[in-house]
Amino acid sequence: MRIVGIETEYGILDPVDAYANPILLSSLLVDGARTWAGGRSTRWDYGGEDPLQDLRGTRRARANATADMLTDAVEADADTGTVSLRRRRGSWEDPAHLNAVLSNGARFYVDHAHPEYSGPEVSNARDAVIWDRAGDRIAVAAADAVTRGDGPAIALYKNNVDGKGASYGTHENFLVRRDVDFDGLARRLTPHLVTRQIYTGAGRVGLGQRGETAGFQMSQRADYIEADMGLETTLRRPIINTRDEPHADRSRWRRLHVILGDANCLEVPTFLKIGATSLVLSAVEADDERLDALELAEPVGDVQRVSRDLTLRAPLTLATGERATALDLQRAVLEVARDYATDAVDVLVIARWERVLELLSRDVFSASRDVEWVAKLELLGRIRTKYSVAGVALPWTDARLAAVDFRWSELRSGMAATLAARGAFETVADPELIAAAMTTAPRDTRAAARGDIVALKPELVDAAGWSTVVIDREADHGALEVVHLDDPSRPSHPLLDALARE
Amino acid sequence: MPQTHATSDAFEDDASEPTPPPAQAATTDALDDLLDQIDGSLQVNAAQFVRSFVQKGGQ
Repeated sequence: MRIVGIETEYGILDPVDAYANPILLSSLLVDGARTWAGGRSTRWDYGGEDPLQDLRGTRRARANATADMLTDAVEADADTGTVSLRRRRGSWEDPAHLNAVLSNGARFYVDHAHPEYSGPEVSNARDAVIWDRAGDRIAVAAADAVTRGDGPAIALYKNNVDGKGASYGTHENFLVRRDVDFDGLARRLTPHLVTRQIYTGAGRVGLGQRGETAGFQMSQRADYIEADMGLETTLRRPIINTRDEPHADRSRWRRLHVILGDANCLEVPTFLKIGATSLVLSAVEADDERLDALELAEPVGDVQRVSRDLTLRAPLTLATGERATALDLQRAVLEVARDYATDAVDVLVIARWERVLELLSRDVFSASRDVEWVAKLELLGRIRTKYSVAGVALPWTDARLAAVDFRWSELRSGMAATLAARGAFETVADPELIAAAMTTAPRDTRAAARGDIVALKPELVDAAGWSTVVIDREADHGALEVVHLDDPSRPSHPLLDALARE
Repeated sequence: MPQTHATSDAFEDDASEPTPPPAQAATTDALDDLLDQIDGSLQVNAAQFVRSFVQKGGQ
């Protein structure tokens, strides 16, 4: 079991007015989510956020991240769970109105000029898929609520590029043991992150950040990865991001923030990108030296090299001077990861991973039910043939192909959604569980504590964050009560349980 | 950076790009239906839609 979570920034458009302000549209969408939730939502708690700290930097002297939240604590008891008091603030411009914390434990908010769904903490790859898909459906429900309320129509795209140079992210978060050497982690994880694109890529029409060269590549995100390691997420984006905000006990945990992945409309890529990466991290935590043999000589260049190698035959140069393809490296990573499968979902991850690699090595198009870039390339290939002129396939510069690339990921009726509804793709998650996950949090992480109080007693909740729930109720001390959820794997808190029962 | 298919030729001229095969029945039907369905909008709106798909950079 490893605590993981996925954040998705959606592309957003008013289909009637292409010049509509995306920040305004995004805030309307968050309002729509609140309307959809029918009162079962709360604001974001900015009170407990920790400043940025570099994962490579010195560790703080204080024992854990909660220390600085306890400046005015009066009550911290191991039996009753940690609760501190916070003075009420006067009225002020509240950025929390651009946020909704939902009863499924997720945060739905405006990030830069995009709506973002930060899914709740989950404990396995299948749950990651379930709550990721639930987020897509919440976003559509929110857009419907905006339109019903006489707002504009809103179209949402689960992709990462606009073809004019802009990119927006789909980030994965993995809780990793703090005692693991970070440089070693980066070195051992990088070959996996560079080569997993062969099954996690969502496919993209256009090469280069602005699509300046015609063609098709596996990954939406590859051309925006420009460094091996760093703190940035909006420029010079790195393979390994070093942001260090664990939202948990800092002395025990890091939160590894993976920013190079694509947004996926298919379930298998999401399942594998979380499941496989989590198992590789288990190998890293176990100090498995077999991963050292896979180190790449030029990992940053290889991100683009792999993304452009649609026949999966391009040799990459290893640090040892040997050569291997992305498929070779993924087979080697799989063999290591296999030894770290500990539960039923892990076993499914290994089986699916193995099968996808086998399909890709046999014939790329045999993986079109599992791998998103292959499915997209297959559809685009049909279109190129259908509209061919005098036997010459439609060139990659034709706007119809770029249009299909964008429309592929439109959440309501895009090509991926349409094909999925017709059974064209393998699935991982039960549709009924996805529907339930729109309003219910995972049972085995602290998202349950957060989500359940929002579901049952929203009137008592002033705000919530990843590791805090702020309670506002009649009390002699007259202050807000900040409930601390420092352990992401603990699904309850005594005070929240008591309030929920009242 | 290898440009595997910067040309706009037919893909039979382009050895580095796999050619979509006639796929299995279920997927083929779904794709054919979809192609028929999007035919009209593709012919009319594609260029304008692509131009208007402008996003701000994010994380």
